[in-house]
Amino acid sequence: MPVSPTPTPRTAVPPTIVVVGHGMVGQRFLEALAERGLTPAAGGARVVVLCEEPRPAYDRVHLTSYFSGTSPEELSLVEEDFMEKHGIELYVGDPAEAVDREGRTVTSRSGLTFGYDTLVLATGSFPFVPPVPGKDATGCFVYRTIEDLLAIEEYAKTAKTGAVVGGGLLGLEAAGALRGLGLDTHVVEFAPRLMPVQVDEGGGAALLRTIEKMGLSVHTGVGTQEVTAGPDGAVTGMALSDGSALATDLVVFSAGVRPRDQLARDCGLEVGPRGGIVVDEECRTSDPAVFAIGECALASDGRVYGLVAPGYEMALTAAGVIAGGQASFTGADMSTKLKLLGVDVASFGDAHGAAEGCLDVVYADSRSGVYKKLVIGQDGTLLGGVLVGDADQYGTLRPMTGTVLPVAPEQLVLPAGAGGPVTLGPSSLPNEAVICSCHNVTKGAICEHATVPEVKKCTKAGTGCGSCLKVIGQLLPQPEDAGLCGCFAHTRSELYEIVRTLGVSSYAELLDSHGREGARGGDGCEVCKPTVGSIIASLAPAVGASGYVLDGEQAALQDTNDHFLANLQRNGSYSIVPRIPGGEITPEKLIVIGEVARDFGLYTKITGGQRIDLFGARVDQLPLIWTRLVDAGFESGHAYGKSLRTVKSCVGQTWCRYGVQDSVKMAIDLELRYRGLRSPHKLKSAVSGCARECAEARGKDFGIIATAGGWNLYVGGNGGATPRHADLLAQDLSDAELVRLIDRFLMFYIRTADRLERTSAWLDRIEGGLDHVRDVVVHDSLGLCDELERLMAGHVEGYRDEWAETINDPERLRRFVTFVNAPDAPDPSVRFVPERDQIKPDLDILAGPVLAVRTLEGSAS
Amino acid sequence: MTTTTEAPATTAMLQLLSPEGWFTVCERSLLTPGRGVAVLLPDGGQAAVFLDRAGRAYAIGNRDPFSGAYVLSRGLLGAAAGRPFVASPLLKQRFDLASGACLDDDGVTVPVYEVRLTG
Ligand code: SRM
Ligand SMILES: Cc1cc2nc3c(=O)[nH]c(=O)nc-3n(C[C@H](O)[C@H](O)[C@H](O)COP(=O)(O)OP(=O)(O)OC[C@H]3O[C@@H](n4cnc5c(N)ncnc54)[C@H](O)[C@@H]3O)c2cc1C
Ligand code: SF4
Ligand code: FES
Repeated sequence: MPVSPTPTPRTAVPPTIVVVGHGMVGQRFLEALAERGLTPAAGGARVVVLCEEPRPAYDRVHLTSYFSGTSPEELSLVEEDFMEKHGIELYVGDPAEAVDREGRTVTSRSGLTFGYDTLVLATGSFPFVPPVPGKDATGCFVYRTIEDLLAIEEYAKTAKTGAVVGGGLLGLEAAGALRGLGLDTHVVEFAPRLMPVQVDEGGGAALLRTIEKMGLSVHTGVGTQEVTAGPDGAVTGMALSDGSALATDLVVFSAGVRPRDQLARDCGLEVGPRGGIVVDEECRTSDPAVFAIGECALASDGRVYGLVAPGYEMALTAAGVIAGGQASFTGADMSTKLKLLGVDVASFGDAHGAAEGCLDVVYADSRSGVYKKLVIGQDGTLLGGVLVGDADQYGTLRPMTGTVLPVAPEQLVLPAGAGGPVTLGPSSLPNEAVICSCHNVTKGAICEHATVPEVKKCTKAGTGCGSCLKVIGQLLPQPEDAGLCGCFAHTRSELYEIVRTLGVSSYAELLDSHGREGARGGDGCEVCKPTVGSIIASLAPAVGASGYVLDGEQAALQDTNDHFLANLQRNGSYSIVPRIPGGEITPEKLIVIGEVARDFGLYTKITGGQRIDLFGARVDQLPLIWTRLVDAGFESGHAYGKSLRTVKSCVGQTWCRYGVQDSVKMAIDLELRYRGLRSPHKLKSAVSGCARECAEARGKDFGIIATAGGWNLYVGGNGGATPRHADLLAQDLSDAELVRLIDRFLMFYIRTADRLERTSAWLDRIEGGLDHVRDVVVHDSLGLCDELERLMAGHVEGYRDEWAETINDPERLRRFVTFVNAPDAPDPSVRFVPERDQIKPDLDILAGPVLAVRTLEGSAS
Repeated sequence: MTTTTEAPATTAMLQLLSPEGWFTVCERSLLTPGRGVAVLLPDGGQAAVFLDRAGRAYAIGNRDPFSGAYVLSRGLLGAAAGRPFVASPLLKQRFDLASGACLDDDGVTVPVYEVRLTG
C-alpha cells in the first residue's frame, strides 16, 4: 500500500517579467498577473518590480487627502503581504536606469541587472514645468508624489502666499491644498477658463464664481513669464504676461504632465512626436517583448491618457496578452467626476459637443454656481455632458451615454420645482450599463453582490476614484437588511435561536420555513449552508440531530474541508492534522506519524499549533491514512472545522522551575472537553504555567494563566491579521470553576456571534462588551447559565471521533474517491516534485490557459 | 445541459455527453443532492457532476480556472436568482452550472457538458 509520489523535475526555468515603475498602473498590472495565476507563487513567471519612489505604489488620485489627515500608509495600494504572498520581488527606491533590448536586461541605479523575457514599462508621467526664468528658485514645487507634498507642507510653514501655475484638474487640487495650509492662494491659468480640458465655457464660468467665492484669486488668460527670487534664492513673486506682478512666497507648477519615456527613448523604442511610448492595441511597444502601460504610453488611438481608469484597462490588457489570451485597449473615454474644493465637477462622453448636428440642453444658475449641460445627438441619443456644482446625476447619466434618454433631457437638468428633475434612479439602467468606469464594471456584475465590500473585493468597482460608490450603494440590497445572506433575512444568532427553540434539525426545513420568500424551496447558498450546518452541529444533542457532521442532509452543508474531514490544499490534495492534545505526545505516537508520512510520501511540518501536519494526501488515501492513525490511537484534530483547534500548553510546573500549576494537564483536559465543538469561527486556547506566559495564552480565544491560587481566565484574544490581547474575565479560579466558566463563555459565544466572527471581534461588537459578557457568564444576569452548561454537557457526552466513525462505515467511505466512475483511479492532476528532501505540489501540471477556457465542442451551454 | 426525469427510478443512471458520445457515469443514487462528484472522461479530462435539490443534474469542467486545481466537484451548490451555481472550494468563486460562466469574474468560464438521467 505504500504510495510514493512520482517526482517530475521542473523542466523549464520560468520566464521573467520585469516591471519598471510601481505606480498605480504598475500595481494594477501585478494584481492582474496574480488574478491570472501568473505570479511565482502560482507557479507562473518570476516577477521583478523596480520602484523609483521610496515607497510601494500608493493612491495618487487621492494624494491631496494627505492634507486632510490620510497618512501615507493609508494611501498605500498594496496589501501588506501582497508581494510575499505572490512571490513578487520588489526593489523600492531603485529605479531602472538602462535597458539592453538585445541582451534583454534591465539595470537599476544600484547596479542590479535583471534578465527579462517580458518587460513592462509603467513609468507614468512627470509634471511639466514651463521653461520660465527662476523656475528652480527655492520655494518652487511640483505636485505629483507624497514626497512633493511633504516638501510643500514643510515650506508652507514659513510662507504666507502661494501661487499655482495651471488651472486644470491638478492645479485646482493643489490650490485647494495650499489654501488648506493657510496660504493666500492664487491660480494662474493661461487658457481663458478653468479646467479647459474637462469643462466648456459655461462650466468654467460657474466653477470660477464658486471658487472665487471661497477666497481664491483666479487669473485666467495670463501666462507666467518669470519667477522672481530674492538674494537668498527664495521665491518672492511672479511676473505675468499681462505685465502685472504677483507677490508670492511659494509656487506650485501644475501645467500638465508629460509621459516619462526617457528610458524607452534611450533604448531605441519608438516614441510619439509629442512624447509617449508608442504601443499597439495589445499595449506592445515597437519591440514585441516590451509593453508600456499607463501614463507613459501613447495608445493606439494616438492619445496619452492622464487618468487612472484607462491606465488600469491597459494593465489588464497587457496582463491578458502576456497570459496568452486576447485583449486589446483601443481607447477610453475621459469621463471624470471630481469634487474640487468641495465643488462637484463632472464631464462625460462628448462633453464639448464635437459631434456633428448635436444640440446642447443647458441649465445655468450663477447664484448657486450650478451649470448643467447635456449634449444630445440628432436622433435623441445622449452623447455627453458637463455638470458643475451639482453632479448627483453623473452616476446615472454617464452609463446612459449612447442611448436615447427615457425622458425629455430638459427634465433631467432643470432643478426641482421647475418641471424637474426627474430622478432617473439606477434601477432604470440596463444591466450592461458600466457603473464603475475606473474598472469597467457593469450594473449586472455589481448586482450579483450583496454588500459594498464584496463588490469592491470581487469586481474592484468603487476602488478607483470612488465616484461610482453612491450608485453602487443604491443598486445593492439596502443595508437595514442585516440578514445572513440572500437566502435568510435573519442573522446567525437569530437562526441559532430559531433552531434551538423550534428544535429544527434540517437545513431544508429551516430554509423552507424561515428563508426569504424567493429562497424557500431552493438550493440555498455557500454562505448559509455551512453556517446552518454548524448551528445544527453545535446544538445536535439538544435538537435531536446526529452529532456526526456527514450524516444525511448535513453532508451537503459542509464546506469541502469538513466534507472530507481534511484541509484542501492549493493543488487539490489534502492535509491531515491528528489531534495532539496539549501538544504532548509519546515517542510511539511520534513514530507512527513518521511511519505514516513516510509510507504515503507525505510532506510533514510542525504547525504553529503544537502539532504535526501531513500534507499531500489524495482523497482516496485519506481513509487508508486514517485507518493507520486511528489504530494507533489518534483522533481527528478538526484542523478543517470551524471548531476547537488546539489548546497549546507550556511545560509548566512539572518541569519548569517557575511553574506554579500543571499547565499541560489542564490543556489536555480542556482540549479533550471541547474537541469537536462546532462554533461560528475557529476556537483556540492555551494554558501557561506561570505569568511568563510561554504558551501565549493571551493571544487565544480563551487563555488560561496559572497563579499561585489557581487559574486566571482571559477571553477574546486573537493572533492573525488583527492581533488582540485577551481580557481578564475572572481570577484565581479552581479547576472546576475554570471549566464551568469556559463552558458558559463558549456556549454564550456560539449562541450570539455572527458567522465567521472570532471571539475578539464578537467581544468588541456586542453591546456592553466584556462587562456584559462577565455579567452573563459570571453573575448569570440573564438566568442563562444553567442552560449554557447543559448544552455543553450535551456536547461533551455526545462527542465521537469523526474519523473513527467514518472508516468504520462503508457507506461513508464511498465518497472518498477521486472519480465516481473510476473509484480506483488516482487523480492525475495531484502530483508532486521534490524539495528539501520532501515533496511539494507540482503546480506546473495545473498551469495552462487559466482564463477563457473554451466550451467543449458538442455541448450545449 | 440539464434534463430531469419525472420519477427517479431506483436504477436511474446518469449519463454525460462527451465528444465521443453519451457515456454512463454512475448510478444516480451515488450523488448527494447539493454536492458534486468528479468524473473521469474518456479522453482523460475531468468533469464535475452535481445534483441540485430538485434532483436536476448538471455537469461542468472540474478544473478551477483560478487555481488550476481539479476541485470544482468538491464545492458547495447554491442558487443566485434561481440559477444554480457551485462555489469553488479553494477561493470561493461561483460558477453558473448551466452556462459555466463565473459569477465573480466576467469573462472566465468553465466548459459545460450535457447530462441526462435514464432508466
Ligand atoms: C498549519 C498552520 C500553519 C503551520 O504550518 O504552522 C495553519 C494553517 C492555516 N491557517 Fe492558521 N495555521 C496554523 C496556526 C495558526 C496560528 C497559531 C496558533 O494557533 O497558535 C494562528 C494565529 C492565532 C489565531 O488564530 O488567532 C493562525 C491564524 C490563522 C488565521 C487568522 C485568524 C484571525 O482571526 O485573524 C487564518 C484565517 C482564518 O481563519 O480566517 C488561518 C487559516 C489557516 C488555513 C486554514 C488557511 C486555509 O484556509 O487554507 C491554513 C490551513 C492549513 C491546512 O490546510 O492544513 N490561520 N494560524 C497552523 C496549524 C495549527 C494547528 O495545529 O492546527
Ligand atoms: C494630485 C493628483 C490627482 C489626480 N487625480 C486623478 C483623478 O481624480 N482621476 C484620475 O483618473 N486620475 C487622477 N490623477 C492621475 C493618476 O494619478 C494617474 O493617471 C495614475 O497615477 C497613472 O498611473 P501610472 O502608474 O501610469 O503612473 P504613476 O502612478 O505616476 O506611476 C509611475 C511610477 O513609475 C516610477 N518610475 C518612473 N520611471 C521609473 C524608472 N526608470 N524606474 C523605476 N520606476 C520609475 C515613478 O516614480 C512612479 O512611481 C491624479 C494625479 C495627481 C498627481
Ligand atoms: S509559562 Fe512559566 S511555567 Fe510555563 S514554561 Fe514559561 S516560565 Fe515555565
Ligand atoms: S468609477 Fe472610479 S472607482 Fe468606480
